[in-house]
Amino acid sequence: MMTEVSMLIDVAKCIGCRGCQVACKQWNQRPAEKTKFTGTYQNPPRLSANTWTLIQFIEPEDYDENPRWLFRKQQCHHCVDAPCEQVCPTGAIKKLENGIVYINQSICTGCKYCVEVCPFDIPQFDRASGTVRKCWMCLDRVKNGLEPACATTCPTGAVSFGSRTGMLAVARERQNILEKQGFSTRIYGKDELGGQHVMYLLPEKASIYGLPEAPRKPTEKIFWRWLLGVIPGMAILVAIFAYLFKQRSASDTAASDAKSGGE
Amino acid sequence: MTNHWIDIRNADRIMIIGSNAAENHPISFKWVTKAIERGAKLISVDPRFTRTSSKAHIYAPMRSGTDIAFINGLIKYVLDDMEKNPQNYNMEYVHEYTNASFLIDPAFKLPGDLNGVFSGYDKNKRTYNKDTWKYQLDGKGIPIKDKSLKDRNCVFQLLKRHVSRYDAKTVCSITGTPEDTYLDVCKTFAESGRPGKAGTIMYAMGTTQHTYGTQNIRGYAILQLLLANMGVAGGGINALRGESNVQGSTDHCILFHILPGYLATPDEEDVSVDSYSKNHYEGKNKDPKSANWWDNARKYIVSLLKAWYGDRATPADDFAYGYLPKREVDRDYSHISLFEAMYDGTIKGMLCMGQNPAVGGPNAQKERKALEKLDWLVCADLWETDTANFWRRPKADNLNDLVDPAAIKTEVFLLPAAASVEKEGSITNSGRWSQWRYTAVHPPGKAKSDLWILDRLFKAVSARYKNQGGPISAAILDMQWNYGSADEPDVHAVAKEINGYDLTTGKLLPSFGKLNADGTTSSGNWLYCASYTEAGNMAARRNGIDPSNIGLYAEWSWCWPVNRRIIYNRASVDMKGRPWDKEHPVIAFEGVALDGKYVTKKWIGDVPDGGWYPLMNPDGTLRDDARYPFIMKPEGHARIFGMGRADGPLPEHYEPLESPLDKNPMGHAEAINPAIKLWHKDRPEGNEIGTPADFPIVGTTYRVTEHWQAGAMTRNLPWLVELMPDVFVEMSRELASEKGIKNGNRVIVTTARGTLEGVACVTSRFKPFQLNGKVVHQIGIPWHWGYAGLSRGSSANCLTPHVGDANTMIPEYKAFLCDVKKKGVA
Repeated sequence: MMTEVSMLIDVAKCIGCRGCQVACKQWNQRPAEKTKFTGTYQNPPRLSANTWTLIQFIEPEDYDENPRWLFRKQQCHHCVDAPCEQVCPTGAIKKLENGIVYINQSICTGCKYCVEVCPFDIPQFDRASGTVRKCWMCLDRVKNGLEPACATTCPTGAVSFGSRTGMLAVARERQNILEKQGFSTRIYGKDELGGQHVMYLLPEKASIYGLPEAPRKPTEKIFWRWLLGVIPGMAILVAIFAYLFKQRSASDTAASDAKSGGE
Repeated sequence: MTNHWIDIRNADRIMIIGSNAAENHPISFKWVTKAIERGAKLISVDPRFTRTSSKAHIYAPMRSGTDIAFINGLIKYVLDDMEKNPQNYNMEYVHEYTNASFLIDPAFKLPGDLNGVFSGYDKNKRTYNKDTWKYQLDGKGIPIKDKSLKDRNCVFQLLKRHVSRYDAKTVCSITGTPEDTYLDVCKTFAESGRPGKAGTIMYAMGTTQHTYGTQNIRGYAILQLLLANMGVAGGGINALRGESNVQGSTDHCILFHILPGYLATPDEEDVSVDSYSKNHYEGKNKDPKSANWWDNARKYIVSLLKAWYGDRATPADDFAYGYLPKREVDRDYSHISLFEAMYDGTIKGMLCMGQNPAVGGPNAQKERKALEKLDWLVCADLWETDTANFWRRPKADNLNDLVDPAAIKTEVFLLPAAASVEKEGSITNSGRWSQWRYTAVHPPGKAKSDLWILDRLFKAVSARYKNQGGPISAAILDMQWNYGSADEPDVHAVAKEINGYDLTTGKLLPSFGKLNADGTTSSGNWLYCASYTEAGNMAARRNGIDPSNIGLYAEWSWCWPVNRRIIYNRASVDMKGRPWDKEHPVIAFEGVALDGKYVTKKWIGDVPDGGWYPLMNPDGTLRDDARYPFIMKPEGHARIFGMGRADGPLPEHYEPLESPLDKNPMGHAEAINPAIKLWHKDRPEGNEIGTPADFPIVGTTYRVTEHWQAGAMTRNLPWLVELMPDVFVEMSRELASEKGIKNGNRVIVTTARGTLEGVACVTSRFKPFQLNGKVVHQIGIPWHWGYAGLSRGSSANCLTPHVGDANTMIPEYKAFLCDVKKKGVA
């Protein structure tokens, strides 16, 4: 039996300590990246094949009117309707019954379709292995009754893990508490894109945290991509055929002309 | 901490000041977060907006080094509000449990009357004669009180006069806090004074590392006493200690002025156990209702000598007391003094364990030079630290331009040490919990536990004394040293020795109440007597039940003293023994009353601070067999007026040694703390001091979550280096624009003592301070970096001065003057 699992990221509780980033690397044995301090605490600057989760440090533009420093844990959302899985040509990306979306490294050919199609820019191509990697919600731990490493290490309870219904209940309870304290919140990932197995409790607009306010349905995106790809493609093919046909008929005409001329 | 980590969840108001708890004590935020969920309000006071501030309801910016002005203004707000709304405060607590009602010598004068100093100041010696800092006594020698708090000379009225000068406008012109924000802080924190409500103050090195660090904490204590927040659940003044076991290190005396259990180190005038006990502890109280716990000190020093010298400690030879080293009266042997003496060549050798002073010490360039004067240096550490590497260090901030190793004669030994998870033993956390840990993994290579290293060292030194003799060799040779014959000394034998034995039966003692002064008991640390008893190793207990419902977890590990989780808890109940806070009672008296009088004794909850009857019977009559709640003070009352300090009985605002202001903003003759030692005057070499004309910017140092102290452990771990790869300099957008600095530029910071190169972190989170129309900029630098290890960078402590607190000599790391420019700009 597989319960549908979920992770809840309660950004109001996140203190940006980045224990999750280190726990992820430690459990999954990902090497450290060589980084530079560039003027922000955020490091590495972006997700990579070896960095599957990352705390984004955000100083909002309107800081002077409303001083705050926001932290959001970036990682795979483990979508219900996972576009990466839908476009994977080899079947390397699997959506498990428990909701975890993972990439089978031995089958992945590194075609990067998933990289292209993810609305959150999560999957990352690994030059060393020639495959794509991303958060797999510590499937090995989850299978053995443990929480993902990031959830276990989080000191404040900003990252919690459990059944999807349980996490939704926690999120609603927290919504009530935060509402009493004057924050209207949104459970991002409850319904977005058919629902996701990583949900964010956001006390501010999603866009401030670098999330699309209304992420487009991946199927729509795929359709448009398909359509946008198909129409010009067909047009080009038609043009080529038309040209070749024209050339052919022209040379036929010429040949017949020559024939006739030779006569 | 007077309370403990879990207890933070019980607070209604939390003020984090002089601490960046979210970054430096992330686990504390497990409990801060729970308190906020319950509806608590969090106040963050800090020069810059930190990860802690990001979670706060109120963020109040404050220029580094102005805590006293900030807190004195808060005290004034509370006192003014108390007059208008006494029902919002616990006045019984103030007049019964604190010394607010005590009358002070009429000759005592406040700094408001004496141009910035308290009465008794000797300008030439820079010290105080404290003859006027005392209580008025009655014929029996008992302090005279005025419970109405009206007498002109009572502590309450003196405090009122003292803080009357700290109105919000004056305070904000010193601290740079916007006035409306400041008043919001005052109002919000003062709400914790309501009976049944609790407010906690969480502080750390941002409070202590000033030339008036002790007075900063005194300010917090006075505020918390007025708000009745001491001894209650969710209250207290809570020092978040800088290292996981630093509480244990001070409990077990790794400081020059104390023996184990905070017993004073003897000085030359303490020639015997008798004179030691009388000079420091005995006869300090005449009030029969004051327990004056330190009266027991003779039992503790004798039991300590029995633990150290065993059968050699006999009454006939004064329990071998003569073997104890005595310090010169008033001589200081703290970090700065030791390094100045090393610089002079007076100190010839150094054993450096678990410390990296080449990065962590103030005025680090001078201290690195001082290391060159040593004949020998032994470093025991996990890595080859910057200190162990000082002989091939960079000359200045250019990491590749090195000193000439051939010119340095010091012989350096590096002993590989085991990490905390590689050895068995106890760690005492900030909340005073001594928690036993087992060996998780064995140490790599030849690395050994500190216990092993010290055991071998002691045995080698003993053998040398035995074979070759030496001055007072008996002090070493007579020492009792029995920790088993195995390669690794028996850590349980050490823990049992610390607890102590009944020497007549050979049994472990159940608590320090059983210690005697006649040589029939031993205890290596009276405060830890009860930690390892005949019932077992209390620190190893792991029972997670909490019948208290306030998170005491009394059977999880063990806590000093006598497993009391919240100290001063007798102040959490009223005079009849009933808890002020019915929802979160720490203790409660449940003795039987007959005809309005208690006839049986029964306390429930935490281990009470003394099991005596409550001060008052249910019928309102006072009991003679009761004791006042603050048992560690001779007078049994918490001190709003604290005559024990070197620099004044009440906190007064002074500027840091290096101040951006031309004069003291309170109008004093001298800007700085009048009772501090001026190293730059006594010993100018290498102790240069900057002026605001040359160095107009305030500098401060701090830590980040991702690194640990002087960096030896974390700058060698690639995962942590990835997160924080380089030293950075945080500054406001306004300052950066003035200096033509862009985010991410390399910048040079200069002080009168040294320079630092780092990356600019230009941020809205730092703002210039407006001080009476003058704009003062501040920058901040994490101090973790040095020249050894995987991640290398300039050390912020090359910038900080040699100057310390008037009471403790803790260095003033947190406020100095500097300048900053873009690298490559003249």
